[in-house]
Amino acid sequence: MSFINYASREINCKIVYYGPGLCGKTTNLQFVYQKTATEAKGKMISLATETERTLFFDFLPLALGEIRGFKTRFHLYTVPGQVFYDASRKLILKGVDGVVFVADSQEERMEANIESVENLRFNLQEQGYDLDKLPYVIQYNKRDLPNIVSVDELRRELNPTGVPDFEACAATGEGVFETLKAIAKLILLELKKGK
Amino acid sequence: MSNPQLVMYDEEFKQINGVIEKLLREANAKVIFLVDKNGQLISGVGETERFDTTSLASLTAGNIAATGGLAKLIGEKEFSILFHEGEKDNLHISIVGGRVILVVLFDSRSSLGLVRLRVKKASDELTAIFERLMQKAEEKEKSGESDFPFAEITDDDIDNLFS
Repeated sequence: MSFINYASREINCKIVYYGPGLCGKTTNLQFVYQKTATEAKGKMISLATETERTLFFDFLPLALGEIRGFKTRFHLYTVPGQVFYDASRKLILKGVDGVVFVADSQEERMEANIESVENLRFNLQEQGYDLDKLPYVIQYNKRDLPNIVSVDELRRELNPTGVPDFEACAATGEGVFETLKAIAKLILLELKKGK
Repeated sequence: MSNPQLVMYDEEFKQINGVIEKLLREANAKVIFLVDKNGQLISGVGETERFDTTSLASLTAGNIAATGGLAKLIGEKEFSILFHEGEKDNLHISIVGGRVILVVLFDSRSSLGLVRLRVKKASDELTAIFERLMQKAEEKEKSGESDFPFAEITDDDIDNLFS
């Protein structure tokens, strides 16, 4: 959960990017990193294998600015997407304030998407969270590829509750900041509600 | 929720810093950090400017989470102390009061024995402070008394963050 520090006047929130292997979670973070002013970002950390598959997590701290005199910081994490890294995925969800689900729009990844959403819901439950009550947005990534499923169908399969969703191409950056903005906004509104 | 929100107030922040500054001197350490189990840096004393404290906090929490996972697999509740030995610098990482991580970085001017001894004493003091802090936050929430800065934020405030 978020950490509110009245002494240093800071609010820290944790956003986790979730999704099947190779859907573009790390690419999302890399784009945010590239496009953010140096003073607003910290170092991006990637704990990855030699073939650049995420092994444990990627981490990117962002300082967005001040709200009512409080510095707002967002810590962006990705999980390893590959199925057998489930134990690691659970750990990263600890203390999460908001989740971005990155779906791979390609036809052949549809099943992996569905499996991953179910896995997300289950792993959150284990930590005592309910996906339906958590700030949550969905990104349909890789919209630039030829063999993709229509947004309507993706919505039907992955977004039955109608949370905010976005089309994206993380490699070129399209939709990346829209997604981040949406989840940050939901988290801040949740903080407001919570008190 | 499994992990209630952590709130830090001025009074407790000063007390916490007092304890870890004392620990820094008594353990002859270089740097000491306190990190929330979720990876948020709570405070740091010593030569903090030499280190990327945000990354350190996140990796420490990841480390504790991973070893915690290992512990559960073999039927332990958690491993409450981790020690990493380097050529020059060493890290002593311990869990305080079940939810906060205390990181002590030290070199050959100190020793593992000394650090362990002093950490134990400081941990008790820190545990007491964090317990008070939790109680205070809970009471404030119950009484509805809140100086929470976000209670009145508007959509405009949020949009301005991204402009």
